[in-house]
Amino acid sequence: MSWSSSNYLCISSSSSSSVISSNELARFDRCRLACESEGHRGKCQDLNRPTNIFAYNSLKPPSFKFDKGQRRKDHVLKKPRNISAYYSLKPPSYKFDALEPYMSKRTLEVHWGKHHRGYVESLNKYLEKDDILYGYTLDELIRVTYNNGNPLPEFNAAAQVWNHDFFWESMQPGGGNLPILGLLQQIEKDFGSFSSFREEFIETALTLFGSGWVWLVLKRNEKRLAITTTTNAVTPLVWDDIPLLSLDMWEHAYYLDYKNDKARYANVFMDHLVSWNAALARMARAQTFVNLGEPKILVA
Amino acid sequence: MASVTTIVSQLTSSAFLPATEFCRLSQSLLHWSQMQGPGIDLKPPPYALDALEPHMSKDTLEYHWGKHHRGYVNNLKKQIEGTELDGMSLENIILASYNKGDVLPAFNNAAQVWNHDFFWESMKPGGGGKPSGELLELINRDFGSFESLIKEFTIAATTQFGSGWAWLVYNDKKLEVVKSPNAINPLVLGYHPLLTIDVWEHAYYLDFKNLRADYISTFLDKLVSWDAVSSRLEAAKVLE
Repeated sequence: MSWSSSNYLCISSSSSSSVISSNELARFDRCRLACESEGHRGKCQDLNRPTNIFAYNSLKPPSFKFDKGQRRKDHVLKKPRNISAYYSLKPPSYKFDALEPYMSKRTLEVHWGKHHRGYVESLNKYLEKDDILYGYTLDELIRVTYNNGNPLPEFNAAAQVWNHDFFWESMQPGGGNLPILGLLQQIEKDFGSFSSFREEFIETALTLFGSGWVWLVLKRNEKRLAITTTTNAVTPLVWDDIPLLSLDMWEHAYYLDYKNDKARYANVFMDHLVSWNAALARMARAQTFVNLGEPKILVA
Repeated sequence: MASVTTIVSQLTSSAFLPATEFCRLSQSLLHWSQMQGPGIDLKPPPYALDALEPHMSKDTLEYHWGKHHRGYVNNLKKQIEGTELDGMSLENIILASYNKGDVLPAFNNAAQVWNHDFFWESMKPGGGGKPSGELLELINRDFGSFESLIKEFTIAATTQFGSGWAWLVYNDKKLEVVKSPNAINPLVLGYHPLLTIDVWEHAYYLDFKNLRADYISTFLDKLVSWDAVSSRLEAAKVLE
């Protein structure tokens, strides 16, 4: 079990250990609870230190990665040490200007840096208030807070964090073109041809009213690909379908670059941004759960 | 009445008019619009497109009115052509296509046309300030104070997730603040809308990007036309 594999950021950003003992967990918990009230700065200094399980049992404090001058300044300014974060803001795996000229650097800066970051911060703020939702992975949190169609307040924030992570990964510099291998075969099987899939995807994006997302999903029960739309923050995860691609049709995703021209945005996404590699990898992973192939019946 | 409407619709479909002519024509149009017969048209705002600078830029007006609002009007016309909705007044189209919640395709466009008309008229150059007279009395009665109305309206507008609108309405002889998603408006609930703010992202993205709170406070401080709200209140009281 490794916390670094999920969207967890629990102790400090410079945590280098990936295996956390239960002692460490208890210590973090006590520390976190202590930090929630002001004036406990001394005890909470642990939160800023890199976790080092070897240091826990020794009396020597672990070596700091922080600049000592900065630490002293914090002391002097008497900043409250109630830092706690549960989910992190993951950057896209490409630079902000890598998707130019199809998605501008400015859009990435605002979309990721303000909107996505805002969702992460509001999710963390919700979780700070109440322990009851502490300890889920992001996927599980979305399902739990969706509450079968009667969403809890945390749902919008949690789902939007997940949706945006998924969206950045659905795009790549030099994207577009055609899918390959099994994904292309599956698309041709389920939509007739790639061009009719593309047409349907863009048509769906244009007829979506209000804010929402367009998805290429693998339907678990029907064992086929489909194009679906969701409004606001909803994601196909809540219906147990497996998303392969998404397109953000909230206006903030395209307004700076395309203003009201949704058609051009959707076409550019399909032609130049979509990452078929990511979709292929997701479909390959999905096939662990959904058997897409024809059963191999041995003939006697 | 018909001749005024056709003249204005011919003019508005071309480039922008000089401010004085605009004001004169649109003022008469505002008067006619109270008794507007059938015919869906793109009504211009009752002020020039740059009149709300610097609080709402000309760019925003050009796109918001010139592209989005115009798009809704054109799409609606296409949708109702040849159907039973053709020839009905806009409000009746909205109520008919709302269909008790099971909306027909024309609803979104019709409601958005109405909402945007209402929105432009809810603002004016040099707006803001405080309401007065009967409106202020009712606000103090139903919200406690003007500041608390502002607070409640701001909360409604900020917490409308995704696209939508926040409204001040008159219902059951009381003022209320409500919010609605996408194209829904309080007409379908039988309320009398008095004021609205568009919180679809296209309304504020060019000027404020993600800072919806700043947009809302600018709207309330500098743009809102309390005169329009007062006159709508008068009209609503007659109907209640």
